[in-house]
Amino acid sequence: MLVRKAPQIRASEITDERLYFNRREFLGRASIAAAAVAAPWLSPSGTSAGFTDAQALEFSTGSPFSTREPRNSFEDVTSYNNFYEFGIEKGDPKRYAVGLKTRPWTVALEGHIAKPGNYHLEDVLKPHALEERVYRLRCVEAWSMVVPWIGFPLASLIGRVEPTSQAKFVEFTTLYRPSEMPGQRRDVLQWPYVEGLRMDEALHPLTILAVGLYGKTLLNQNGAPLRLVVPWKYGFKSIKSIVKIRFVESEPATSWSASGPREYGFYANVNPDVDHPRWSQARERRIGEFFKHKTLPFNGYHDQVAGLYAGMDLRKFF
Amino acid sequence: MTTARSLRRLVKPVAFVAAVAPLTGLAFRGVGGELGANPIEVITHETGIWALRFLLITLAITPLRQLSGWRSLIGFRRMLGLFAFLCASLHFCTYLVLDQFFDFASIIEDIAKRTYIAAGFAAFVLLVPLAATSTAAMIRSLGGRRWRILHRLIYVSAVSGVAHYLWLVKADTLRPLAYGMILATLLGFRAWHALSPQAKGIVSRNPSAANRRIRALRSSAEPET
Repeated sequence: MLVRKAPQIRASEITDERLYFNRREFLGRASIAAAAVAAPWLSPSGTSAGFTDAQALEFSTGSPFSTREPRNSFEDVTSYNNFYEFGIEKGDPKRYAVGLKTRPWTVALEGHIAKPGNYHLEDVLKPHALEERVYRLRCVEAWSMVVPWIGFPLASLIGRVEPTSQAKFVEFTTLYRPSEMPGQRRDVLQWPYVEGLRMDEALHPLTILAVGLYGKTLLNQNGAPLRLVVPWKYGFKSIKSIVKIRFVESEPATSWSASGPREYGFYANVNPDVDHPRWSQARERRIGEFFKHKTLPFNGYHDQVAGLYAGMDLRKFF
Repeated sequence: MTTARSLRRLVKPVAFVAAVAPLTGLAFRGVGGELGANPIEVITHETGIWALRFLLITLAITPLRQLSGWRSLIGFRRMLGLFAFLCASLHFCTYLVLDQFFDFASIIEDIAKRTYIAAGFAAFVLLVPLAATSTAAMIRSLGGRRWRILHRLIYVSAVSGVAHYLWLVKADTLRPLAYGMILATLLGFRAWHALSPQAKGIVSRNPSAANRRIRALRSSAEPET
């Protein structure tokens, strides 16, 4: 396979931010899609014993944010995972995540917002139309994949909960349940797993909350039932199996950054010029290919997101 | 049939087959396409961990022999050491060919800048003279004393190998530390044995005990007919 450059997204194709926050259009789209979106989570076919079978989702395709690069197979995406809650080997999540019960599932929306509370997953998802986003995923370990996620912009959810001016950062927390997440029985990382974004990163149209991939609901090993996807950052920022979203005033203490502050920064933007202290980030192995790719600044999303970091020293804020 | 010959004829082939199993297993999984989404990573990890395991097994021979009085164990040491070298060579070749594809600029940068790569490279390079001087002719031409001194490089190689493993993991240091503990025990035994006069006392010098063990080994290793 030849190394090739991703098609650039023209500025004209990017949805204007005002359009994104146009409440009327948002509600219009939402009402049409609501029933279809919520259906898989409301349907009685999921048993109390677990929810491991992916169910078909309804979603729109053709997002201008989607890459046209070849996608990694469903098998690759669902068998090669970093999800330390289930073990440190790449095959562990697939092997051990089957025991995780994702129903019922509640998400706590907390902090500096007008409507804090514990919400059923169905209620969190109901107003949002789902769309496919085919994104590059670059792991901090220097491998990458192309994944067709199904989700909705995090910005739409943030718009609904009405953050106050004190909300400067968003902090996400993964489920902590050692009985079903065997990796949490040892302190490999600080549990529960915590990640965070600056507010403008969270509101960026590329940032999505994903509920599925390859047209179906997420499997447990991919972070079911709700996960973050931030494609210009290293994979560990894209936190899985989210149970809490908290709007805070100061930068959250995130799990990997706490584990190795010199190695994993809060920003963790994909950057070929800033090496991990122990290995190079200049190149990456696309799973399924032999020759390595050159790693692109912001994982190839430079034109869309570089403006967020204007004037920042990205070597310092790595 | 002497015990030494029976050992050569019966036990060593069994040990050889056992020692070659991890590599043949890996090869079969590779041919069958069962190495998962990132086969190069699996090959790298498997050859690396088995190099380290064989190094530790090789280093366990002398303490085991001294504790058990089972002198014939020495007959396995060279073979096990060469398996360590084989796995380390395959590990290095995987890095050179499959991972870096002869990108020497990148390899040199890796060795110079990455402590864990430098440690791994040192662990491998230090094994080269040991493998090269493993033949009976080389032992004769070097002379026993000089040969023994040269082969103490295995201690440095093993320490570098464990450091390589410890420094490459992202967060979970449990396994590399376990290998480190085993290595520390094996090297600690040698230090204790060399320094303490009491240590000599527990080492069995009783040839009849050794012979009993060899007889037991021979009977257990005899093929069933």
